[in-house]
Amino acid sequence: MTLVAVLAGALALAQSGGELRLCLRADPKTFNPVAVSEDSSDAIRYLTGGVLIRANRKNQQLEGELAQSWRVLEGGRRIEFRLREGVQFSDGSPFSAEDVAFSIEAYSDPRLQSPTWDAFRAGTGRPRTTVMAGNRVSIAFPVPVAALDRLFDQVVILPKHKLGRAYREGGLREAWGLKTAPDEMAVLGAYRVAEYKSGSYVLLTRNPHYWKTDAKGRRLPYLDSIRMSIQQNTDIELLRFMRGEIDLVNSLSPDLFERLKAQRPGQAVDLGPSLDWEFLWFNQVAQAPIPGYKKAWFQSAVFRRAISSAINRSDICSVVYRSHATPAAGPVSPANRLWFNSRLRAETADPNLSLKRLAAEGFHFSGGALRDRSGNLVEFSLLTNAGNKPRERTAALIQQDLAKIGIRVNVGTMDFPSLMERMTRNYHYEACLLGITNVDVDPNGQMNIWLSSSSNHQWNPSQAKPATPWEAELDRLIQAQASEASQERRKAHFDKVQELIVEQAPFIFLVHKNALAAVSAALEGAAPSPLHPRTFWNADRILLTPALRSAR
Amino acid sequence: MKLVRRLALVTLVLVYLACLGADLLAPAGYATQHRESPNAPPGRTFLLGTDELGRDLLARLLHGGRISLLLAPAAALLSTFLATLAGLAAGLLGGWPERAFARAIDVSMSLPWLFLLLSIRAILPLNVQPLESLLIMFLLLGILSWDAAARVVLAGTRSLRTQDFVIHARVCGVHGWRLVWRHMLPNLRPLFVAQFWISVPYFILTEANLGLLGLGVGEPLPSWGNLLRGLESLPALADAPWLLAPLVLLVISVGCFHLLAPMEESHT
Repeated sequence: MTLVAVLAGALALAQSGGELRLCLRADPKTFNPVAVSEDSSDAIRYLTGGVLIRANRKNQQLEGELAQSWRVLEGGRRIEFRLREGVQFSDGSPFSAEDVAFSIEAYSDPRLQSPTWDAFRAGTGRPRTTVMAGNRVSIAFPVPVAALDRLFDQVVILPKHKLGRAYREGGLREAWGLKTAPDEMAVLGAYRVAEYKSGSYVLLTRNPHYWKTDAKGRRLPYLDSIRMSIQQNTDIELLRFMRGEIDLVNSLSPDLFERLKAQRPGQAVDLGPSLDWEFLWFNQVAQAPIPGYKKAWFQSAVFRRAISSAINRSDICSVVYRSHATPAAGPVSPANRLWFNSRLRAETADPNLSLKRLAAEGFHFSGGALRDRSGNLVEFSLLTNAGNKPRERTAALIQQDLAKIGIRVNVGTMDFPSLMERMTRNYHYEACLLGITNVDVDPNGQMNIWLSSSSNHQWNPSQAKPATPWEAELDRLIQAQASEASQERRKAHFDKVQELIVEQAPFIFLVHKNALAAVSAALEGAAPSPLHPRTFWNADRILLTPALRSAR
Repeated sequence: MKLVRRLALVTLVLVYLACLGADLLAPAGYATQHRESPNAPPGRTFLLGTDELGRDLLARLLHGGRISLLLAPAAALLSTFLATLAGLAAGLLGGWPERAFARAIDVSMSLPWLFLLLSIRAILPLNVQPLESLLIMFLLLGILSWDAAARVVLAGTRSLRTQDFVIHARVCGVHGWRLVWRHMLPNLRPLFVAQFWISVPYFILTEANLGLLGLGVGEPLPSWGNLLRGLESLPALADAPWLLAPLVLLVISVGCFHLLAPMEESHT
């Protein structure tokens, strides 16, 4: 009897992939894929949602998921999918072309304002979806959309049989809220939401009808469940990792990373440069309440480039990020293999070059300080958000670097809402130091930064018409790449965009932070990538070692 | 003077002397970045190690002490002065002005002062030098923290107003400033002194709180508040216990101020 029980137990253990444990930094706001707008909900959407095409986070190539194959036609105006046969939702209902058509209708509905659809809005009008014979679907857009197929990585297919009624009655955005019973949610991803306790955890369990199998024909996912604890404090998250209570940490600060590396060198993973960048910029808004002579400095590309060449980016990398960062040459990180412009080089600190550039603009030394042509002392304030230690340290380094060329920088920290008020409403600031988090490798994700009409064109937002000839050229180039179907021509246009931005320096790029993560040695199949969601992008192929499974 | 208070006084004097002699004790300077040695442990060059930007921690600790220990008493003096003026005037007038003043104190004490301070700080001019911003911050603290002391002064004045010697003075024709100056103030003085000594550690701790939030003094000036931010990560302290130095000095100084606060009640 005992032998049978032991054998049965061992067999069960062998079939079970165990429970993966990790932390979310905040409670999710929704389980509704249409309404996702923040990181926690996005992580759950990634793990539970089925998409037509997925970008492989390791090689950045597109792979068919619910679509067996696809073709981009008419220069990016139309895309045609051939759907996978025999796929079922987690409740056992069959997946069909009708679900794809319903999903496109819902995402593109202007009443729903789905953040997921922002990237598709190249022009006015909605796409037209046609269900064709042979399990094929065609989606036609009013205007060509660049990198159309890549954008479908974010579009989770919705179950028409579950959400169709809510959509017809105008309540889709409110559907699948945090109080929705798990049985009400049918998904096509590897996992489904099984339980949620506000402020405590989200439990995902294996989707019993998930369509994917591994090379040996075993049904995926390997794991039985994923428990995502809500934990805001990164110190505690790391402590829990070191105690073996969680298996992955998706993002670590350099300080925490170094501490982990000292104690568990094999589990601290530096994935290299992330897609994110840290940068500073000067206020060029014409109506900004700052002195006219300062506006003249800030609107001078020579002045901006002189500041850029005085900043020691290597020191920022080594001192602030403990060598877990890369000096930034432009807006695209080397991690973005498809779009990085390898002709650009990060500027090295050269105070003499800065002074030469400034002298050409009439700046001169007087009384140990730099003065402009009219004798005004060169001094400006640099604001950043309070509580962000790396940024505060970066600002302190820049302050000292610029002091070497006689420029006085007054570093100010401010709570984020006050900072946003100054950046976006009253423009009462001179220079600002912040960072951009990129989740999308495609340049279309940056359109809202570079277009002069955009409210996120931070140095001079929401322009009725481009304020400078180079911004007009920037508009032209960024729009050209967005409506270009050929990848080579898009790359050529976007390379020019990057070169123009570096030449004019509206943003002074500082560093690309490295993606730092922690992966337990008791995991098999984990293949972390600098692209989001770093450590669990292949969660359907991760499993726990037998030792950890039995310990749990 | 009890032995404990004497010890507190001696300790505080030593702390003040060390802070005032910062340039002699730590000649490396508080702002110089030794970028090749960030987070260095204590050693011959840097007696207390360096911070994350390679700045001498001892220099920052002592210079930070200057800020806390000089400006906190100044702010305490200001708030006690304002509280005395307001509390005394309302207490002497009596009637509805006194009641209105008491309500104003209640309202002021119920305000979320931290958010108020953050809001005021957010509307300060852009190019304020670190030292100027520091002075403004302590000035604001002094102005905004009048209420608790004013309540005590009001209660003291109210109590004195009905004392026989005050009534007698009034009957004899002593009014106005003469009454205040000759009869009220001398009797309220122990209250003011006590309020002052109690306020000093309060202002030191308030600056430390703001520093912890990253909203204290501007770079590169140090203060005990922004040095305490090094303690945010408890596990890191196990590797670098010397980072506790600002906390130890803060606790000692605040404790000494509390011990030095007069205990006796006001008397007539």
